Amino acid sequence: MAAVDQIAAGEPAAAGRGLRRGGQGGTRSGQRDGFRPWRWLILILAGAYFIIPLYAALRFAGWGSFRSVIHQSGFAASLGLSVRLAVITTMITLALVLPTAVYVHLRLPRLRRLLEGITILPIVIPPIVLIVGLLEVAPGFLKSTPYLLALAYVVLAMPFAYRSIDAGLRSFDLKTLVEASNSLGAGWPSTIRRVVLPNLTTALLSATVLTVALVLGEYTMASLDLYQTFPVWIVVFDQTSGPISVAASLLALFVTWLFLLAITMLGGRQARRTGGGGVALFSVARRDTGRTS
Amino acid sequence: MTANTAKGAGTGAAGASGASGASGAAGLAGTAGAAGAAGAAGQRDGSGAHVSLRNLSRFFGSIRALDGLNLEIEPGELVALLGPSGCGKTTALRILAGFESADRGSVLVDGRDMSHVPAARRDMGMVFQSYSLFPNMSALDNVAFGLRMRKKGAAQRRRQAADLLEMVGLAEQARQFPHQLSGGQQQRVALARALAIEPSVLLLDEPLSALDAKVRVQLREQIRSLQQRLHTTTLFVTHDQEEALSMADRVGVMRSGRLEQVAAPSELYADPATAFVAEFVGTMNRIPAELDSDGRVRVLGATLPIKGDRPGDPDGPGGAGGAGGAGGLSGAVDVLVRPEDLRLAATASGSGIVTIATFLGSLTRVSVLLSGEVTVQVDVPSTEAPAPGAAVEVSMAEAPVLVTTRR
Repeated sequence: MAAVDQIAAGEPAAAGRGLRRGGQGGTRSGQRDGFRPWRWLILILAGAYFIIPLYAALRFAGWGSFRSVIHQSGFAASLGLSVRLAVITTMITLALVLPTAVYVHLRLPRLRRLLEGITILPIVIPPIVLIVGLLEVAPGFLKSTPYLLALAYVVLAMPFAYRSIDAGLRSFDLKTLVEASNSLGAGWPSTIRRVVLPNLTTALLSATVLTVALVLGEYTMASLDLYQTFPVWIVVFDQTSGPISVAASLLALFVTWLFLLAITMLGGRQARRTGGGGVALFSVARRDTGRTS
Repeated sequence: MTANTAKGAGTGAAGASGASGASGAAGLAGTAGAAGAAGAAGQRDGSGAHVSLRNLSRFFGSIRALDGLNLEIEPGELVALLGPSGCGKTTALRILAGFESADRGSVLVDGRDMSHVPAARRDMGMVFQSYSLFPNMSALDNVAFGLRMRKKGAAQRRRQAADLLEMVGLAEQARQFPHQLSGGQQQRVALARALAIEPSVLLLDEPLSALDAKVRVQLREQIRSLQQRLHTTTLFVTHDQEEALSMADRVGVMRSGRLEQVAAPSELYADPATAFVAEFVGTMNRIPAELDSDGRVRVLGATLPIKGDRPGDPDGPGGAGGAGGAGGLSGAVDVLVRPEDLRLAATASGSGIVTIATFLGSLTRVSVLLSGEVTVQVDVPSTEAPAPGAAVEVSMAEAPVLVTTRR
């Protein structure tokens, strides 16, 4: 007992800090003396760059358009379709990317580079090529439904989803945690549910945000596949009534922004609790992966 | 040959582990306050598991990580595997844990073959080098995790986990998350977590190497006293000889996937079986010498017998199974001798020159340059230490010496 107490009391609280994650603390002093006039200038310029177009759009649309936009024909149907596509796409994407990324991290770490390269391809390949190719090879029963688009969006979302989840997996020592969990008697289902997923919530949220944002904003493929998703409807409607179409765009922007904000805040709360970095979008690896061995 | 050495030492040390069990009981009496906690943690009635690693081999591509490793660990014993990085010690531990599989050989726990039992059902607690606590759980939930997996009720888990945290001196940190704990505290939580499942075997994979020196020493004492109190059979892997020698009942020195020697720390130091062990553990001088055909060696002006039952040439694996006597060696050899086994005499006609004298407290370690560019280190009482530049005569005690091939 005495020995135990002594150890408990004798160990300086700061000892072994090298083990701790970074992520919090740090840059405080740097922020204090940082508020110089030119910083404000840059902030104002950047703010103006974003706000002026928005304000112009708002003026052009007029307040009345916002009230009438939801009564326009096709608004509810196209928005509904886009939301359904977003949900389906997100589910398929996560179901594909998460197990793949976890498996590669655990068992095939050397393939990580390759996978990174493969998942970036959809960004390089133009959407037109993707959708034309997809329409060529897709089975008939899918061609006749808008849900073929979900499959195309899965491909488009891959780079973002993979990167988010990959960054999440790098932020903790997956292999050690999985082994610790195993050695304590947890099989794979328990390990995934209680250890892997809870530590990936931020990454999964950011993957979801990016996927949803992508689906809600995608125009090229939807219009080529001849389905009226929300972005397609906005463009089509633009020919009927410019102001109402602009109001719809602003509405979409605002809703998406609220959605992102909510998810970012959720991620931030989780990160505060577990001491990780709090940024939801493209969360950066919080700890360098180089271990001494 | 090395396998035989290991086995012989294994059976030989069974008695030694019994003795350590007794000192463990003394430790328990001395720490009566925490004894309740130990009881709650489910003391195994002084019956740890017997572990037997038999002829384990493991290849990673063409790299031979383990090459016919044999090791017996007696119930309640703490065995340390010590060796340079890449010697296979971690592989051996991971095979015992079930994270790797052996290409050949078997793992027995209490006589039961574990080779095909998955890690989750091996009932072994493991403490990793670092970063092994679940970041999403408080210290208490981390410790309770294994109990939860064993379907223990919430109240019982909580109570046992709290007891264990108290045992490692972290009762007040129960609600904190890993990122709020220092490195040493994290490792103590990890230890409590591993012990919570009342493991048949405790595995320690360099648990102290990421900590700073002061915390390291405190924690190793704590690990050792807990291990003795709970009488948990323990395999401890480290590259730090001080750690191995201070904590273990027996130390296995590994090299290239084989055990060179398994012995109690004092025996390992005083009576190393091979030149590799001799030079890996502690400080060793190499002094060029001439070996006669009758098995006596001429060194530093004296003629001494050699340790005849020792393998003379460990550098050739399995080779030179004979002794350093008439066996493989003859002519030019090196004598291995520890700094405390050399004598210094200050004489103007001495053939050695003192180059450095390092004050170590009661002892001073003196470096002496002998003829032929040979430098030896000699420990002398600080009161008798010569100053740098002094001429000295170095001699050896009249005792059998360990010889090896000239390098």
